[in-house]
Amino acid sequence: MARRSKRNVAIVATGQTDHRSKRPDVNIVEMINEAVRRCLDDAGMTIADIDAVVIGNMEHFEGIFFTEMWSVDGAGSFLKHGMKITTGGTTGSSLALAGYYHVASGLFDTVMTIGWEKQSEGETTAGLIFQADPLWERATMSGAIGSFAASATAYMHKYGITEEQAAKVAVKNRKNALNNPHAHLKLDLTVEQVLKSKMLAYPIKMLDMCPTSDGACAMIFSSEEKAKKMYQNPAWVVAGVTRHDQPFGGDLEMVMNLRTLRSATEEAYKIAGIRDPLRDLDVAELYEPCSFAELSWYEAAGLCGPGEGGKLMDSGATYMDGELPVNPSGGVLSTNCIGATAMIRVAEAAIQVMGKGGQRQVPNVNRAMATGFGGSWWSDVMILSRTP
Amino acid sequence: MDDWLEGLEPIVEHQDLKVPYRYSMGATTSQFFIAIRDQKRILGIKCRQCNMVFVPPRSTCGRCFAPLKEWVEVSDKGTLQTYTIVHYPTPVQPVPPPLIYGIIKLDGADTGLAHLISETDYERLRVGLRVQAVFKEERAGNMLDILYFKPLP
Amino acid sequence: MSEKGGSLLLAEFEAKFPYDYSAGRYASYFLKRLKEQKKIMGIRCPKCRRVFVPPRPACGYCFVRNTEWVDLGDEGTLWGFTIVQFPFLDPMTGEERPIPYGYGFIELKGAATRLQHFVTASDLKKLRIGMRMKAVFREERKGNLADILYFKAIE
Repeated sequence: MARRSKRNVAIVATGQTDHRSKRPDVNIVEMINEAVRRCLDDAGMTIADIDAVVIGNMEHFEGIFFTEMWSVDGAGSFLKHGMKITTGGTTGSSLALAGYYHVASGLFDTVMTIGWEKQSEGETTAGLIFQADPLWERATMSGAIGSFAASATAYMHKYGITEEQAAKVAVKNRKNALNNPHAHLKLDLTVEQVLKSKMLAYPIKMLDMCPTSDGACAMIFSSEEKAKKMYQNPAWVVAGVTRHDQPFGGDLEMVMNLRTLRSATEEAYKIAGIRDPLRDLDVAELYEPCSFAELSWYEAAGLCGPGEGGKLMDSGATYMDGELPVNPSGGVLSTNCIGATAMIRVAEAAIQVMGKGGQRQVPNVNRAMATGFGGSWWSDVMILSRTP
Repeated sequence: MDDWLEGLEPIVEHQDLKVPYRYSMGATTSQFFIAIRDQKRILGIKCRQCNMVFVPPRSTCGRCFAPLKEWVEVSDKGTLQTYTIVHYPTPVQPVPPPLIYGIIKLDGADTGLAHLISETDYERLRVGLRVQAVFKEERAGNMLDILYFKPLP
Repeated sequence: MSEKGGSLLLAEFEAKFPYDYSAGRYASYFLKRLKEQKKIMGIRCPKCRRVFVPPRPACGYCFVRNTEWVDLGDEGTLWGFTIVQFPFLDPMTGEERPIPYGYGFIELKGAATRLQHFVTASDLKKLRIGMRMKAVFREERKGNLADILYFKAIE
């Protein structure tokens, strides 16, 4: 089991691009640079203040594999410490955890993490083939949508979850995005519109599914001394956990039951001293690749019992005015530049704790949770707090 | 050990995976290639702070992190910094082997450009060789609009 | 390679990546039995007794070597499925995969894990979770998982 770090680490600043389906005006390096400059501005720092840069994306999508090298100019990592992390959908949260570990180790004071994706430059479903096992999965692989859909039917069948309940997730998150200047999709939808949208693979319809976006996100992790000296309300990291599972889709229950999230949140709550997450947390940025997943992840995160995700949605508890607002940023359903997406969850949770949420700010946030998810069905969980 | 291993032929699965990519060059790089395509001019971008001209250009100076906006024209002639002659084939090569490949510092630039060298025998090749760009007749706006560099007479 | 016109250019690059994957001993044995005898084999962990398919050298739960091959038959239950209706490029063929088609997970009798494959029925709309499915094999088998064409509902 992981421990709470002896050294306190805080997130002191974030920066994001305005996420779009296509950014033809910038190349990858320039896009990264936008997020980095915004993050440095948010911090009131210059690049000289940064000790190490940790960067990553999901390389299948652009087919470029030395990103840590040729992004140096835009990332500001010239002759600095750094590393590249690429873990599929969890890339952004793995990067955030790496930022945390770098500072928690006592080896660095100020570390920038950068997640990015220029999704429009590759063919998403084709690129995903590189994720699939060559012998057992490639010939039948049907994209991320296929895996979500084929396990969502099992989820609905076992627990009686309905398409309407899933549609409510899509409506909630897209509406939340209207308050987020960085979000890619900002849509005011009805459940009816979601149900009538184009069927991609039953039961997943176009509006149940996340988009693909071009975008980047950067964050700065700081040691306690610097964080306390320079900033009013940093977001302290109180727990960081990752969980991996067996290799094949058929080994797992996927959307029906995300075992890694269940296990990771259990441990994260223990480390953070959280007994009743629905009450003890004030906001959650939960990585939801599709609407059905958010319902199931409520269960895996211990917000309700097995099979009760739909009921929790119906109760209104996860709306902006509910007991535990989930995805005030709009979530993955509104913005999905994969290498950045999981980092955006952490950044948005940090923004909530720091009180920088503007129109999407949840009142009185003390503790926030951010989760990362990847097509390998891994989960990352971070819990942030107003107090160290 | 285990009898199922007896006489077992190891299987090797061959796969050819085709994935298409379309990279946005961005405004800065586009300008560089448009100048090559439309006017056979090679541009560099200058960092005043570091007093360096970068070819190919970039929007941020990696060394001092300043945003770069000042374009300068560099020559289509330059000096060969280093080179090699590739004799072996691989599935992805710009031209079939043997091919000559090197780094050329164009007059006016402070960084080297990697490209092909041709119209020469191997004996002539040396560090310091003066070379000149040979452009394609029909150019599309990419690095292969320069066919190769050839030695100056 | 790039588009003419406009001030923002695109660089197009179609890469063909050749790979030669060593299947390894366990997969080679599975595929041999599949090709020669139309048998779907699972492998059992000596400690927890779970039977895994596709086969793997070690049990993830116990971290011991899997040892006993088990004939899983060619029938199973449909655990979850979908009908794929969105067009996408299949990088294995370089072309769009024909849609619609069924895709899902089959619980073979005795196996602790499910096999991912194409699924079908006399009419795709008839597919239901819990249906009994039977493997349909290729006439000329080559020694890869596509030697099973799909699992078809027993109606």
